Amino acid sequence: MRYLPLSDADRREMLGVVGAKSIDDLFVDVPAAAQLKEKIGGLADHASELAVERHMRGLATQNLVAGDVPFFIGAGAYRHHIPASVDHLIQRGEFLTSYTPYQPEIAQGTLQALFEFQTQVARLYGCEVANASMYDGSTACWEAITMAGRVTRRKKALLSSGLHPHYVSVAETMAKFTGDVLETAAPELGPDTDAERLLAAIDGETSAVVVQYPDILGRIADLAPIAEKAHANGALLVVVVTEPVALGAIKSPGEMGADIVVGEGQAIGVGLNFGGPYVGLFACKEKFVRQMPGRLCGETVDAEGKRGFVLTLSTREQHIRREKATSNICTNAGLCALAFSVHMTLLGEKGLRQLAELNHAKAVAAAERLARVPGVTLVNDTFFNEFTLKLPKEARPAVRQMAEMGVLGGVSLGRLYPAEDSLANGLIVAVTETTTEDDVEALAKALEGVLA
Amino acid sequence: MTINASGWRPEMGEAGTGEATTFTGNRALMLEEALLFEIGDTQTTGVDLDAKPAVKSRLGGLERNREIGLAGLTEPQTVRHYTRLSRQNYAIDLGLFPLGSCTMKHNPRLNEKVARMPGFADVHPLQPIDTVQGALGVIAELGEWLIKLTGMHSVAMSPKAGAHGELCGLLAIRSALEARGDAREVILVPESAHGTNPATAAFAGYRVENIPATERGRVDVAALKARLGPDVAAVMITNPNTCGLFEPDMIEISKAVHEAGGLVYCDGANFNAIVGRVRPGDLGIDAMHINLHKTFSTPHGGGGPGAGPVVFSEALTPFAPLPFVEAKDGHYVLVEEETAGEHHASSFGRMTAFNGQMGMFTRALTYILSHGADGLRQVAEDAVLNANYVLRSLDNVLDAPFGASGPCMHEALFSDKGFGEGLSTLDLAKALIDEGFHPMTMYFPLVVHGAMLIEPTETESKAALDQFIGALRSVAQRAKAGDASLKAAPIHAPRRRLDETQAARKPVLVYKAPVQAQAAE
Repeated sequence: MRYLPLSDADRREMLGVVGAKSIDDLFVDVPAAAQLKEKIGGLADHASELAVERHMRGLATQNLVAGDVPFFIGAGAYRHHIPASVDHLIQRGEFLTSYTPYQPEIAQGTLQALFEFQTQVARLYGCEVANASMYDGSTACWEAITMAGRVTRRKKALLSSGLHPHYVSVAETMAKFTGDVLETAAPELGPDTDAERLLAAIDGETSAVVVQYPDILGRIADLAPIAEKAHANGALLVVVVTEPVALGAIKSPGEMGADIVVGEGQAIGVGLNFGGPYVGLFACKEKFVRQMPGRLCGETVDAEGKRGFVLTLSTREQHIRREKATSNICTNAGLCALAFSVHMTLLGEKGLRQLAELNHAKAVAAAERLARVPGVTLVNDTFFNEFTLKLPKEARPAVRQMAEMGVLGGVSLGRLYPAEDSLANGLIVAVTETTTEDDVEALAKALEGVLA
Repeated sequence: MTINASGWRPEMGEAGTGEATTFTGNRALMLEEALLFEIGDTQTTGVDLDAKPAVKSRLGGLERNREIGLAGLTEPQTVRHYTRLSRQNYAIDLGLFPLGSCTMKHNPRLNEKVARMPGFADVHPLQPIDTVQGALGVIAELGEWLIKLTGMHSVAMSPKAGAHGELCGLLAIRSALEARGDAREVILVPESAHGTNPATAAFAGYRVENIPATERGRVDVAALKARLGPDVAAVMITNPNTCGLFEPDMIEISKAVHEAGGLVYCDGANFNAIVGRVRPGDLGIDAMHINLHKTFSTPHGGGGPGAGPVVFSEALTPFAPLPFVEAKDGHYVLVEEETAGEHHASSFGRMTAFNGQMGMFTRALTYILSHGADGLRQVAEDAVLNANYVLRSLDNVLDAPFGASGPCMHEALFSDKGFGEGLSTLDLAKALIDEGFHPMTMYFPLVVHGAMLIEPTETESKAALDQFIGALRSVAQRAKAGDASLKAAPIHAPRRRLDETQAARKPVLVYKAPVQAQAAE
């Protein structure tokens, strides 16, 4: 077996040192009733690298690859070009096969990269501090809601109707058990964001107002008035960003007054991966840092006075505080955070802004073209690289039909909100730098075909 | 035996501080690297982008007009920056990484190749179901093996890491109890448990009470039974436990908990010790998470991503989270909120936006198929043999608090008993760094003073173990002899000991340029 270095001679010799006659002697504590005598049913014995690769390739080829077709799916995960050096660097064994930096003297590579990551995230979000990552955007969103509850000592969070429905679903699942109260609503298929409803609903019991920016339909709202009203009522503004590239083009949530900003970092450096692993981003105002969940990397000095980095403020965390910890999170998304950071380093300020401008320009051009398809209207007044079309019939079967024609034409609101008939004709379309004019034309033709 | 193969000599401890300095601060292959924000700037980029079409902005007047402050580097600078940083890390690829309970084993590279196949890596979670049959097939196939390997009834694949899996298990338990109108408030957790166990129980809305351990390093079954009652929702037990020992009374414990109306959660962090030899389902448990990054060797990546699927007993299956994959007429479907009502109405809901850690699923499935039934059993046996070999090769120089109670499983536990005055586990660990090894897990489990938990894993050769044992024997002897030079270790690492107190007292969590700090509002 190519992965197991011990030879039978080694095993015999080592059993002798241990004082055991056979390997079974080392499993004596296992009750006889639980000792498995036979092999696991149906599982073949070990296989060659070639055979396993062949089997896995067989499964892989049963999927339609995003990069092989005109592709317009977003809604929380985005297909961007990832520079080749990103994957090369994260496959360095010293990054790939290391772990949480518990011994900082021999983990400065990971720690410095995390410190740089935290700085990049904080600056991108317009916040003072950021942590070393969460599992993904949806779990980061729930952690932000509970953190706002700890800060305000209130239990009622107001969720924008523009928040990704899966994020809402995750929060609702958790709130059932924690006793938090969530006020939610389904979005309306129109150009206005949920800002007016939120402004009217904030009161003295609100712990957090949770707003996605841009929202699930792609619309962009000024967050400043919401921040102002929230703060006047002693509530926090939590902003959720599912497409970080947008922040190269639009104002950061922090500069508009957000207290906690969380989101999905997948779009930068991490592939689509059918939904995971992704990387949750988490940033906030410095005054709330001791209520933050997750690992934090901080700067310090070593015994010779040289600058170095360590994990810090761990008295918030489960391995020290146990049941009093701010979260139960342990392992996070280290390697995806590194991929995010490497890609962001390659982009830099200049590259991110150009990338954002390119995404926006391509999206505007695509929206104009698609709005000329007979019967199709553009719902949004504002958007970044994702917008919603209203079709003259239900979008969900249309998406399926287009897929059969080899076009992945977007996400139907019917799939995301199956219970909301008023949204059934909505189609969310994402356009990135990877989208070509030919792709847009193919989508326009496919839409014409399925709507005819 | 050549213990000091690395060339370490005690007198070098003195020489370390007075070492000749270099102009750069570098020492040959040990290269210093400045921060990104000190070497990059906002005008430099490592990407070239296509031209954009001319359009009218639709950003609604919210165009960004402030600098973000993101430093950029060209590609050669970027590659060098991260390559230089990487060389300041210890890693499994460099040597034995005996971090107890973390299971740092070799990561097969076929797994990396497979995970990067476009058919897995370049597929969107919201694609039409007909276009992702292979992805759903991976989830279904891996799930089936996890069920068979554990002898359980069903599996929830979406949890993102071990602690997320614990949460999944406890939410299912709470849902099951509430469904029978039997809300309970307390979760019992052994003293030796991972910190995530009590933290998860609290996160799920429970009160946590500790169960003591016996002198043999096992759960005190009498104390546990005495505490069981109508307020106890569940016990969370790690088996093999965090002392590296199998809980021989597990079947009896499960039975007692069930008789008292509670449920049994098993922390599966140490499943790698028994995979292929013991099925947790035969021990009477109701839920267990499986850290794919431990047992099935998906890379630890400097702190994740992990994956924490949870296997359930029949009693808990109806409460499992959404979404999940189901085979229907030779076709896979994804059961989500929309269709759950038809036959999965008791599900406690969704834990994460999409379908779980697909990139880990492909790797874990590849690992399982590569090893096969014989190989997986051998994994457990070699892991246990290697740990016992370490235990018995060192128990005459280091105190093994449970060494007398029989063999250990996949990890060997020692204490700091007998160390010279003023010397601690930390000092021994730092000295191991100078020997070229990553230290073991320190000060955990909490039930042993100055605990050192060593998990060698099955992917270490006998020669590698012998070298490690020699190094540890050497530093242990120095610790027992009261060698104060240990306090200075490590002296050969990229950094000497770091001041953690200063880091926590005045946290500096992001880079601030000196000039910018002065100009701050």
